[in-house]
Amino acid sequence: MNFFQPIGRIFLGFLGAAGRLTLFAITAISHCFRPPIYPRIILRQMVEIGYFSLPVVGLTTLFTGMVLTLQTYTGFARFSAEGAVANVVVLGMTRELAPVLAGLMVAGRIGAAMAAEIGTMRVTEQIDALTTLSTNPFKYLVAPRLIAGLTMLPLLVLVGDVIGIFGGYLVSVYKLGFNPSLYLKSTYNFLEFMDVFSGLVKAAVFGVLITLMGCYHGYHSRGGAQGVGAATTNAVVSASILILCFDYILTELFFAT
Amino acid sequence: MTEQQPKISLRDVHKRFGQKVVLNGVDLDVGVGESVVIIGGSGTGKSVTLKCILGLLTPEQGSVEVDGQPVIGMSARDREETNKKFGMLFQGGALFDSLPVWENVAFGLLAEKRCTRHEAKDIAIQKLAQVGLPAEVGDLSPSELSGGMQKRVGLARAIATDPEIIFFDEPTTGLDPIMADVINELIKKCVRELGATALSITHDMASARKIAHRIAMLYDGKIIWQGTPDEIDNSGNPFVEQFIHGRAEGPITMAVRK
Repeated sequence: MNFFQPIGRIFLGFLGAAGRLTLFAITAISHCFRPPIYPRIILRQMVEIGYFSLPVVGLTTLFTGMVLTLQTYTGFARFSAEGAVANVVVLGMTRELAPVLAGLMVAGRIGAAMAAEIGTMRVTEQIDALTTLSTNPFKYLVAPRLIAGLTMLPLLVLVGDVIGIFGGYLVSVYKLGFNPSLYLKSTYNFLEFMDVFSGLVKAAVFGVLITLMGCYHGYHSRGGAQGVGAATTNAVVSASILILCFDYILTELFFAT
Repeated sequence: MTEQQPKISLRDVHKRFGQKVVLNGVDLDVGVGESVVIIGGSGTGKSVTLKCILGLLTPEQGSVEVDGQPVIGMSARDREETNKKFGMLFQGGALFDSLPVWENVAFGLLAEKRCTRHEAKDIAIQKLAQVGLPAEVGDLSPSELSGGMQKRVGLARAIATDPEIIFFDEPTTGLDPIMADVINELIKKCVRELGATALSITHDMASARKIAHRIAMLYDGKIIWQGTPDEIDNSGNPFVEQFIHGRAEGPITMAVRK
């Protein structure tokens, strides 16, 4: 009899969550443009998100570039198209792999930390304390993180692009016996501005998504340690899924025509 | 402002969470310079009452006035302006663990841009001295402090901006009796010296008797009794009698006994 009831409940719950998230995002973004702005905190978040993520992103992209080269070579050697390896590596890294993998790694590193930090602040009443000290939590906590995510992720991905392509170069030259100058030349010849640019736009969007998810789930966490734990998991999972969704949407927008 | 106009005035405040009614028509006035303590069992809505005044929660019904100005539904900017009158000592201290102690104390001053960072640090150290903490504590992180010290830092932060109204949320909970008395003395001193209006919530009767000019008992979402600390022993109210003597038997039935 009540077969439709659970479906309806889940659907309404989903709509409610989407609405809350949208309102949160609008409020947060609007506070990015209204004073007071906290340069000291923005800077600290930039160091946290950008600088301290460099090793993780560097290692991820290095090995991805290397394995991508190896696999492409194996495949392309079957129909004697080894010359196209550099092409595939450079396009794959800049357009797709560097932004997505850097995004996922940073989601795990930063999204989780943010949700845990803000969640703990929520359950220990530190967010309420901010309000009583005439400080808007959105301006003090959320806006600096969004700004830092938006600006730092593209820079991280730019570094990741270089390291990933360098990883491909290492494998091609030292393992597969490519001519170094020829490999670099074909990498350079195939690369277009749009490839790198689309990757950086993706990175900026991912940066906002990661920090937004971290802040949203942290801000709305409740119920002590368990609540903070759940918020952390939700932040990472939702950020990762959104990254993959938006990756497709952005690719479609950039290259579908 | 005369005695006629109360500093804080709550009229018929209702607040519920889902099905659970927490406040069911709270009426309370707090006069200028008066120290009122709300007592009541756990989960009777003491904290919720404070949060309704602070604007952290919005009641469904009723009015909350500060200095005769209704604060429910006011714009975010007016709200921020009103909140400058408030200082609050949170139950767990709620110190910002990412900042050193002195920045915690000076947070309100810096947020309102009343002074430079350098001046703020001097004021912070002065406020720490007022709550009996040495200047060296200022450079520590809140996590390095004991519970009693955290409470004192929280108190220093609450009074740093010289607020007109100070809220104390369970100021003595979790402290040993001696430290609790130290905190009580500090609260009394702050109210006396700053001339501030104080609204505290507690279930510690010793603390309530000590810091209150007037005690109000919250039960079942309403203020069921109020009077001076001297009157409370002869209140003639069975609920108050049971609470102040801490009896398990009486008109107040705890959920645990169901």
